[in-house]
Amino acid sequence: MDDSIGVIVGGSLSGGITAKLQNGCSVEDINVGRYVTIQGRQKKFMGMVTDVGLQVTDTQLTMSPPDSDDDFSARILNGIGAYGTASITPYLLIADSDRGNLEVPEPVKTIPSHFSKVRMSTDAEFQAVFGEEDEKRFNIGNPLDMEYKLCLDIPKFVERSNGIFGKSGTGKTFFTRLLLGAMIQKSKGVNLIFDMHNEYGHAGTSEEQGKVKGLKQFFPGKVTTFSLEEHALHSDGRVEIDLEDLEPEDFSILGRTLNMTDLAVSATYACRRRFGKNWIREVLRISQLTDDENDEKENLLKSEVIAQGSFENMVRALNKINSMGYINKTGSKSNIVNEIMSRLIGGVNVVIEFGRHSDTLTYMLISNLLARRIYDRYRDLTEKAIANDTAKPIPLVITIEEAHNFLNESLAQNSIFGIIAREMRKYNVTLLVIDQRPSGIQEEILSQLGTKVIFLMDNDRDIDAALSGTSGKTALRGIVAKLASKQQALIFGHALPMPVSFRPRDYNDSTFYRDGDEDESFDDIFSE
Amino acid sequence: MSENLKIGEIIDVNTTSFSAECVKLNEIPSFGGLVRTPEGDRDLYAVVTYATTSSVDAGRHPVARGNDDEENEMIFKANPQLEKLFRSEFTAVVVGYKEKDRFSHHLPPKPARIHYSVYDCSDEEIRAFSEDLSFLSLLFNTNENVSTEELVSAVIRTCAEASDDKEAFLEKAGRELARLLNRDYMRLKMILERIRPQEDR
Ligand SMILES: Nc1ncnc2c1ncn2[C@@H]1O[C@H](COP(=O)(O)OP(=O)(O)OP(=O)(O)O)[C@@H](O)[C@H]1O
Ligand SMILES: [Mg+2]
Repeated sequence: MDDSIGVIVGGSLSGGITAKLQNGCSVEDINVGRYVTIQGRQKKFMGMVTDVGLQVTDTQLTMSPPDSDDDFSARILNGIGAYGTASITPYLLIADSDRGNLEVPEPVKTIPSHFSKVRMSTDAEFQAVFGEEDEKRFNIGNPLDMEYKLCLDIPKFVERSNGIFGKSGTGKTFFTRLLLGAMIQKSKGVNLIFDMHNEYGHAGTSEEQGKVKGLKQFFPGKVTTFSLEEHALHSDGRVEIDLEDLEPEDFSILGRTLNMTDLAVSATYACRRRFGKNWIREVLRISQLTDDENDEKENLLKSEVIAQGSFENMVRALNKINSMGYINKTGSKSNIVNEIMSRLIGGVNVVIEFGRHSDTLTYMLISNLLARRIYDRYRDLTEKAIANDTAKPIPLVITIEEAHNFLNESLAQNSIFGIIAREMRKYNVTLLVIDQRPSGIQEEILSQLGTKVIFLMDNDRDIDAALSGTSGKTALRGIVAKLASKQQALIFGHALPMPVSFRPRDYNDSTFYRDGDEDESFDDIFSE
Repeated sequence: MSENLKIGEIIDVNTTSFSAECVKLNEIPSFGGLVRTPEGDRDLYAVVTYATTSSVDAGRHPVARGNDDEENEMIFKANPQLEKLFRSEFTAVVVGYKEKDRFSHHLPPKPARIHYSVYDCSDEEIRAFSEDLSFLSLLFNTNENVSTEELVSAVIRTCAEASDDKEAFLEKAGRELARLLNRDYMRLKMILERIRPQEDR
């Protein structure tokens, strides 16, 4: 039986190929994002439909179409004088006449010849390309319009930094939680999650079903949560930071959020140099001196060349930070970095819950500070391991939300997250960045991201940014623009042989986590 | 099959068509009808494209015969000699042939034979021949006095009448035409308008 939907009639490798639809196949039967298999003379290709169109053989037809009540003519012309076309981007070579079906599909270097038959790809072909669920692969959802369970090679996924983009409410958080669960199950690494809105740790909220279970309920032994709040429920510890741990770098990153002038930020460097670790306390003390005792301040301003205005600006910022509830006031040293480190090294995932403190200032301050110090430890451990030829520390994936705050053009160069993203896991640390506005992220960083998941975005600049550094960008852009407003995404990059638009698994799907007896309780992943 | 009615005798032949004189005055096969004539081992099939009735004696100009009491058929009853003074002729374009029970829908290697008989095709024959509609393309190049659109639509209507499922046949024919005329939509449109099933109008 001929199950073809059309034949190739033109195109190029760089611009994609065109199929004329036949056999009664109408454009209405074909959605962009669909996968098709193309049987050439010697080679078999797999590609994605990126556009559909309508054509006529004689332009007269568009000028005097059949009368609206003339069904007969319309039926006859359909498919012959007036026909549908599908633009297809070929991605993979899946078989050729010499080697049969390829074990590992190869990227295309040529295109199928004229009149090659095109048909919908089968689940079996998909499976041959993307694999089946196994100890490495995790089912993340279904390709649009298909039954096949799309699998992601998790160890390969975590080899690089990755990005998840999409506008608000599209399902980024839900998908990230799924991915994190998958990583906890199937990667050899460990996660540090900066959970801005308390969505990953103990429980998350759904617009539709109220509360949903968080990672900790699925993996009780493998996930710990630390909260910025004092008496947080279900939390294993509190995040408090010492003023001494704040460095001028933190202020250069927070400068804008704290309304600091550039001069005020430079002043922090000067003060740090002058007073050492205890610089913030010193500055705050000096700022409170009465007019009679003002020598010390004048001395400071003069010798460090700080203008009065800049000093006041800096003090305002330091005071603001100092007033935050999570600044350690106990007098004894906070042990949070050690606590987190010991968990991570021991293979336990850590969720930092921000709770009420979900303001940008706090989120940036805490994640920068913790990430920097943990990264330093990782760097030391890795270097030591290399020197002694012992095992490197367990790979770490750091998840951050609203990443453009850290990775924008002006900050990406210096912020710790910019460094991690650019280094490509030199010290076994990678990022999972989540953002609504990828156009705010430095382009260099975007192009370093290995695998990207793009949910619906309607700003062209954001779509462009998210797709930067990918081939066939124009074709993919059309697909992103046509995604549903919720729970549909395009995934492509390092971990996948070709881009796929898919519907992420329902988070309340009871078949969600299955394998491994220890994880048995993940089965009933319904809302509480 | 040859038991069906002889309707004419061939009086002029060329590669693509032949003319025949009708056995009886005024008994002309239908415009767009399918006729058959034997040629050696083959049966040639042709489509009637044109017909005339005129004086046997080319120099004689007919004059009106009717009057207040006599008209139409009555004129012939009153003047039996008229049957001998006139003759009907038709032209048919060859559209295929049958050889060893197999139909071919292109021109035969040899033309029809002079003085051979021409037969009207039965519905059954029409059905069998028109299973493949590729012969329609042969009708587009005839330089007869009739418009091609008229001719093609007449053939299709003839075949449709003979078919088991008229509507399906018309649709199939329409699609064949659409393929043949994919660069000439205006012509296609004119034909489609002529063959459109009644209930669709
Ligand atoms: N895989 C899924 N399974 C079940 N429900 C989902 C899924 N994805 C999205 N939803 C529904 O869509 C809602 C919004 O998803 P989510 O919170 O992940 O959006 P978001 O992209 O993170 O938005 P924001 O940028 O505002 O944080 C969820 O509350 C949930 O009701
Ligand atoms: Mg979210």
